[in-house]
Amino acid sequence: MSKVISKTCAVIDYGMGNLHSAHGALQKVAPDCHILVTSDPAQILAADHIVLPGVGAIRDCMGEIRAQEIDQVVAEVAKTKPLLGICVGLQAMMTRSEENGGIDCMNMFPGQVQYFGDNLLGDEQRDGTGGRLKVPHMGWNQVEQVAHPLWQDIKDQSRFYFVHSYFVTADDQRQIKGRGHYGKPFAAAMGQDNIFAVQFHPEKSHKNGLQLLQNFLSWDGQA
Amino acid sequence: MALAKRIIPCLDVDQGRVVKGVNFVGIRDAGDPVEVAKRYDEQGADEITFLDITATHEARGTTVKMVEAIAEHVFIPLTVGGGIREIEDIRRMLNAGADKVSINSAAVTNPDFVREASEKFGAQCIVVAIDAKRVAGSGELGDVNNKWEIFTHGGRKPTGIDAVEWAIKMADYGAGEILLTSMDRDGVKTGFDLGVTRAVSDAVNIPVIASGGVGNLAHLAEGVTLGHADAVLAASIFHFGEYTVQEAKQHMSDAGIVMRLD
Repeated sequence: MSKVISKTCAVIDYGMGNLHSAHGALQKVAPDCHILVTSDPAQILAADHIVLPGVGAIRDCMGEIRAQEIDQVVAEVAKTKPLLGICVGLQAMMTRSEENGGIDCMNMFPGQVQYFGDNLLGDEQRDGTGGRLKVPHMGWNQVEQVAHPLWQDIKDQSRFYFVHSYFVTADDQRQIKGRGHYGKPFAAAMGQDNIFAVQFHPEKSHKNGLQLLQNFLSWDGQA
Repeated sequence: MALAKRIIPCLDVDQGRVVKGVNFVGIRDAGDPVEVAKRYDEQGADEITFLDITATHEARGTTVKMVEAIAEHVFIPLTVGGGIREIEDIRRMLNAGADKVSINSAAVTNPDFVREASEKFGAQCIVVAIDAKRVAGSGELGDVNNKWEIFTHGGRKPTGIDAVEWAIKMADYGAGEILLTSMDRDGVKTGFDLGVTRAVSDAVNIPVIASGGVGNLAHLAEGVTLGHADAVLAASIFHFGEYTVQEAKQHMSDAGIVMRLD
């Protein structure tokens, strides 16, 4: 069992949606940890662990991230502290997204964010159907893990809750820490040094998601 | 590695209390939505949907508190429907911890509300609920004369709008998902209206949740295999302890449907 080491965890609030669930799930796995939902750079920089969530459209997310200079705070945090990106939080860490006509992101992981497409077809072998797949990719899908401390006590191929229409492809295959498949292969988890980011919602992924959050708060940032 | 089909238990709530499902084994007053939600969560529900039937706008504050309390304990997606008419209603529910809201009558009155909501909060949290009634055809799968019409106000008010065309329009307006209820089957327990389920599921490129008519586990499986639904919603078969969510998932899995069983 992973043991929580975080005394303070900051969930970055830049005005993009409900952070109640992320807060609640982190508090659940770490009752003694001080979980802050904040946009205050001083509080974020002072925390032991930092979470970058995100929902909605990338243009709005990146707009707020830049307007509130969250990008600078995240860049600072990323130098040393364990940092977890969730959903659009992951996408914001990539180089560029093609959503909203093309939006430059934070470029922490070299790679692209692309649309699944309106005529997405399944792969018989990997998606269980050769027929049309609905977009958004919504529901519980499996993740093929690549060894990393954040997968501790979670079985390989476990299911997590996804909801997204855009998917991440990585330039550097070594940064992929979890592989997903929905019509095409995509990065379900990315990682480099003290940074980890997931496309799914661990705060909505029941036991497996809670375990991942607990592993994160138990993580010293050494991959 | 395929995406799993989902089972979604649905609860009716009035002023923050569950008003259906009072016959749970071991719970006399099953009015506590947190307890009910936790139970379904433990049984492996993939999501939970709450239908708020609170009559007055003012009393909805209690529903917000209920969603807050549930979100503290249940870590699967939560949808709240009923009485969502304004952007502010959506914001309140999402801030309370709901992941999605379901819009029904307000979408018919003002379709642009769906577009506005989707642009503001993202398609992923906007479910459009469609209550459909068959107005032509036999209802049998494959009958080309089948036609279904949208009804509002709990199925009392006809609109003259074709259900399949409406679903296509709502997807186009930015709905992230369709919750499709057959008014003919609701509460009848003879199974989903597979005709309308398939017609809508095949017509749109967003996920469709089948609802209305589930009386046994075979019905749930049919919703997916014959109705082509992406998720199935049921209320009474779970409320009254006839089946657990777990049993339902196992049954569907045995029928060859990909389910989340871990």
